[in-house]
Amino acid sequence: MKFLCVDCDKQMAFEERQLPGDGTLAATFKCPTCGRVVAMLTNPMETQLVSSLGVEIGGRTVPEQPFETVRKMVATGRDDAFAENTGPNGAPSWSAEAQERMSRVPNFVRGMVKRIYADYAKERGIAEITPAVMDTARAELGLEGM
Amino acid sequence: MPPIRTYHDLTDADRSGLPEQIGAQRKRVAERLAGVGRVIAVMSGKGGVGKSYVTAHLARALARSGRAVGVLDADLNGPTIPRLLEIPRAPLTAHRAHIEPLTGLDGVRCISMAMLLEDGAPLAFKGPSAESFVWRGAMEASALRELLGDVAWGGLDALLLDLPPGMQRYVELCDILGAPPAVLTVTIPTPESRDAVRRAMRAAVDRGSRLLGIIENMTGQGFEGTAGDDLAGEFGVPVLARIPWHPTPDIWNALGARL
Repeated sequence: MKFLCVDCDKQMAFEERQLPGDGTLAATFKCPTCGRVVAMLTNPMETQLVSSLGVEIGGRTVPEQPFETVRKMVATGRDDAFAENTGPNGAPSWSAEAQERMSRVPNFVRGMVKRIYADYAKERGIAEITPAVMDTARAELGLEGM
Repeated sequence: MPPIRTYHDLTDADRSGLPEQIGAQRKRVAERLAGVGRVIAVMSGKGGVGKSYVTAHLARALARSGRAVGVLDADLNGPTIPRLLEIPRAPLTAHRAHIEPLTGLDGVRCISMAMLLEDGAPLAFKGPSAESFVWRGAMEASALRELLGDVAWGGLDALLLDLPPGMQRYVELCDILGAPPAVLTVTIPTPESRDAVRRAMRAAVDRGSRLLGIIENMTGQGFEGTAGDDLAGEFGVPVLARIPWHPTPDIWNALGARL
């Protein structure tokens, strides 16, 4: 899907993606010539169709995680389906508040989400993951819904 | 208004890069399967002919002959391979970029949706329930892609894929692999099974799959017919094995030796 500014005959560029949490999606596109911005709004079924392809509108900000679609989208997954191997040492610590927030993430995806936050912190030299760090990561990485 | 340029006329860089994301997914599958000697789809147009049973025992026979074998249980909605391979219930070990398969009887490596679902629960997806038929097929295809491409199969002589009845999963598999897999077909002797399996074999030929042969299951009592021979004659492929109701290991070993 692409957007064309008819007046300028220019391809519009992706600007921003928003997932308000009701199953819909909003993506804005801007004309590089005249600056006009349009928003593409998808209904829940259309949003789901894009999700089912395992792609991200606006581009990926974090590498695809193993079994990402299965973990994010299966509603009947076992809580103990995965044992996470978090890999090398030097992982950042988690504050009590951050741990409490993570405890609210469903088990089926918790390991994957935890690893994404840990990678984010490690790449930026952040020693402790706090709710503020998680909020920043969510905004920067486009982790709406995680 | 002047004519509006078409999709293909617009060639500016696209930040979403959806085609590139799809391409990366396919590349990931190709890289993961680079160490797999043969990918073999075990299929049938008919349900209840024993595809999973044949797949599991064939995999074990191949493993006993010294070959490294994996089974991907592609029946996402009715997975049975872990039970047939007597794989103990255990969490899947998830690493940064891959999932480790579990190991069953005779050292057969396996991945299955059964390892991920709650006991007795159907495969259900999050999302809008209305018109779910629009996206459910794509979601299952994505799950199949992840079972193929995110599992560290390691070096395998053969990866067997146990497909559900019907042709949909086979078509998805062809798209994900980028090339049609070799196909083993399973039938029972009856004319009803023959007619259904014929359609599946025709579809596989049309997609360019190499037909390895036919396995006629549940022979000897109960079912009457010549489905195996009929299909073998029509498609010019061998009947690789006739499996009785209570097969002995030597029958499976003989089948494995023919592949």
